[in-house]
Order: sequence, then C-alpha cells, then structure tokens
Amino acid sequence: MKRGGFVESTLIGFTRALSRALMSEEIARRRGLLQSLDPRVRVVGLFALVLAVTLSRRLTVVLALFVVAVTIAVFSRVGIGTLAKRVWLVVLAFTGVIALPAIFITPGTSIATFAGGSLRITAQGLATATLLIARVETAVTFTTLLMLCTPWSHVLKALRSFHVPQEAIAMLAMTHRYVFLLVENASQMFESRQSRTVGRLPGPERRRMTARTAGVLLSKSIDLSSDVYMAMQSRGFRGDIRILSDFDMRVWDYVGLFAFLCAGSIAVWTGR
Amino acid sequence: MLGCSHFFVPAVSQSGQEGRSLLALLFELQDVGFEYERLPALRGLSLEVAEGESIALLGANGSGKSTLLRILDALYFPSHGSISFCGQHLSPELLTQNGFALSFRRRVALVFQNPDVQLFNPTVFDEVAFGPLQLEWPREQVLSRVSATLELMQIAHLRDRPPYRLSGGEKKRVALASVIVLDPDVLLLDEPTSTLDPRSQSQIVDLIQEWKGSSKTVITATHQLEIVEDIAERIVVLEEGKVSASGRPAEVLSNHELLLRANLVHAHRHSHGTFEHSHPHLHSHSKHEHEH
Repeated sequence: MKRGGFVESTLIGFTRALSRALMSEEIARRRGLLQSLDPRVRVVGLFALVLAVTLSRRLTVVLALFVVAVTIAVFSRVGIGTLAKRVWLVVLAFTGVIALPAIFITPGTSIATFAGGSLRITAQGLATATLLIARVETAVTFTTLLMLCTPWSHVLKALRSFHVPQEAIAMLAMTHRYVFLLVENASQMFESRQSRTVGRLPGPERRRMTARTAGVLLSKSIDLSSDVYMAMQSRGFRGDIRILSDFDMRVWDYVGLFAFLCAGSIAVWTGR
Repeated sequence: MLGCSHFFVPAVSQSGQEGRSLLALLFELQDVGFEYERLPALRGLSLEVAEGESIALLGANGSGKSTLLRILDALYFPSHGSISFCGQHLSPELLTQNGFALSFRRRVALVFQNPDVQLFNPTVFDEVAFGPLQLEWPREQVLSRVSATLELMQIAHLRDRPPYRLSGGEKKRVALASVIVLDPDVLLLDEPTSTLDPRSQSQIVDLIQEWKGSSKTVITATHQLEIVEDIAERIVVLEEGKVSASGRPAEVLSNHELLLRANLVHAHRHSHGTFEHSHPHLHSHSKHEHEH
C-alpha cells in the first residue's frame, strides 16, 4: 500500500521494527554459541567487550574485537547479511556523517588536497574518523548480538539478578509488550481512515486528522494502562512485582564468562 | 480466612424437581450504583450469588455486565449501595489488608474480555506464574502448578512463546490458564467466547462446563444466547444497569418479549415465497431451524 506523510512513515517504521523483533525471537531460539550461555553471562560478557571497545585507543585492537564479534555471530548462527543490513550499513551512514568533518578539520600531515588546497585530508583526521567508525560498528555489533541471541524476557531477568529495581524492569517489559499493540491500533486506524478517504486531503485537514488520531490513541492507551493495572490487581498484584528467577550457572557458563572477561581485559591492556 | 454463612436457596435437581438447598451466600449486592465520570453504568442493582452457582449475565452492549464483573472482583467499588463477600462488606480499605487481599484474590478470579489486557508478561509461562507468585506461593508449588495448568489447558507447547504472538483462541486459553492456576472458588468470565472461531468457542465452553462441574461458582457475562444453556443454571438479565429478570435458562430464553426488550434478540424478517413475516431471532446464524 502506498502511504505518504510523516506519521504514516513512522508507523511503517514501527511495523518493520515489530517484524524485526519477531525475527529476533526466532534467532534467539537457534542452537548457537551465545544461545548456549546463561543470559547473565551474555549480558556481563558482551558489556565487558563493549567497554573494552570504548576504552581501546588502537585501531588494530578495535579491529581485532570486530573480528571477535563476527566470529561470535557466525558461531551463534546470526547471518552476516542480517548484521550488514541492520547494523554495519546503518552505523556507517550515521557515524560517517559525524566523522566526516574530522577528516578535514583535524590538524596533521596532509595526504590529499581539494578545491585548490583550501580543503585537505590529514592522516590524523583519517585515523580519528576510522577509529570512531570502527569503535561504533564493533560496539553496536556486540549489543545487537546480545539482543538477537537473547529473548527480551531473559535480558530482563538477567537485569533483575543484577539488582536493577523491579519497577524499572516491569516498566521496560510492559513498554516492549504494549508499544506493539498500540502501533497495531494506530496502523489500523490509519488504514481505516485511508479506506474512507478519496484523493489527497489538504494539508491543514491532514494535520487536524493526525491530531485527532493521536488524541484517540492517547485515550486508548490510558484506558489500556488502567485495564492492565486492574488485570494485575485481580491476580494479586499489590505494588511489588514478584518473578521467578530460574537461571542456573553451569561449568560451560563459567568458561564463557572467563573467556569474555579475558578477551576484554587483553583488549583494554593492549589498546592503551 | 474468609468464611461464608449458609442459607437456603431454591434449587433444581437433575430430574427437574424443585427443592431447597443449603448453600453459602458468596456475594450480596444491594442497590448498587456505579458511574463512569457521571455516566451511570449500574443503577440500583441487587443480586445474590450462592456458592456453586453457575450464572450467565445476559445483556446488550452497555447494559453493565463488565462493570458488574469488575465490582464482583473488587476492582471497582459501588458509588452507592453495598456489596459483601461471604458476609464481609467489600471496600477499598478492606482490600488493602494483606490477609484479606491474598485470600480474596486467591478465591475470586476474573478473565477479562480483551485478552491483550491480561497478557502482559514476556512468556506464557511467566503469564501463568504471575498470579501464584503475587500470592506468595512457594517456588516449588508455583512451578508444579503452572506446569500442570499448562498441560490441563493444552498449551504446554506455548510455554516459552510471547503471548502477543498467539492467535485469538490461544490468547483466551492462556488468559483462562492465568486465573485457573489459582484454583479459584469463583470464576468471573467476561465474554469468554466473543471474537473466537467456532472451534475455539466450543473448547472454551467445554472448559467452563468442566469447571462448573467441579462445584465452583462461575459467573459468565455474555450476549451469545446459544451458549448459555451449556454454561449456566441461572440467567440474570441486565437492562440499563439493573437486573430485569432472573431465572432458569429455559424460562428466560422462552420469554421473547423480555429478550426483545433487552436487545438480546432481533426481529428476523424473511419470506416464504410471496408470504413475508418476522419473528424473534434467538439463535446463532450458523444454527438456523424454526417452525412456522
């Protein structure tokens, strides 16, 4: 269906995000390296590697960590194509925009000149931009691997075991759960409106319609939150959520944790 | 601990003979009123519910069925009139007392009309375990009860699935499992079969029948006349927030004037050759037989 306008595009974006979220659950159920580890090990281990990437000042070390990320992805049965489309190209585009000026404005040895010498690329600028892009690509790859290989529910349980306040976790869980329901609602409302609209409405009318839809969606979400709260109360919720923590660390998990921490420490040490 | 006083109520045996049974009075509502921002939903409703009764609340949209169920589950409190459970006056203050709240929430459970409201946990297992955990059951008991309930409801294969990825029928079954796990004495069901395909409807009706057969109290709000005889021994008809009739299904369903007035049936116009006439339409469109 052809759709135009900011709100419609946003909705399409959310719908795509929903289908990606569903695909992530499928990857999380595969048998692979990361999937075989306790979720707490995945959270701590990948966080340690992200920290190592951030602290490393040497490009070779960051590139080595990038190779580690790709290796983990392969053994966790995450498609390289998926990573390239969802992470590497997007990060390259966004970080590239930020890093591009550094190539020209960083003082240092000139390696190329343009526009009669008024614009020059410096070796130091190129190194800075490359390091920035490599860092962001590697860090985002590790984070994406965590999200792709771990069901959202397990990430939340892992956070709970690190004593993140239960209320914060409940908010994250419900936001994740209900944002998709509201997006579905909004999408249906727009489709229903489109099915009753002939031609293109004038700008002011479109804005009024969008404002009205947003208002309806807001009251729907308020009603929904009130109903959800009552459904929780009905089953005994009295202000303090209790959950089961059924994770169990095995020898393999300790080996994984040790490997992650070693890799992170070596990277930090050599990348000083 | 909640205890209920006993009293005699008219009862009908399986042979059809009327008699009197000694039953505990669970709920007693007197002249209950409730408004949504000045818009009245219940207006002077009075009702008594005895232990072990299976009741169908019949009424058109907006007649107050869902509001009544929420009042019975102590989620709403009457703006006037009173409600008591096992002789105790239900009030917001009483529900803040841990002992009473734990006992009441264990004994009375509500299945919401929209399962999306009720399914807020990341997985089906977590969803079913939510109630027992909030009621502070021991871990081992939670694990065994949840597994048994998933098997009973034939949804064990869905245990690690996120509820929002389920079909409508599966969502309803998970919503039912999430309250049945508590083994409540009173089960309140809000339109349990609406929006379901015929097979899922039939499965839910079977479950309700099984549940009421185990001497539990079941109160079902519905406007689907074709299922009420299967799920209830008493029908309470609501009109504009009040009880307009109460009786056995055969009595109420044969009162066409009442059903028409309560918007539960519509005049069915059709023709036989050149002869055109109308009569009340009582049944579902899939089951269409009548005499002329």
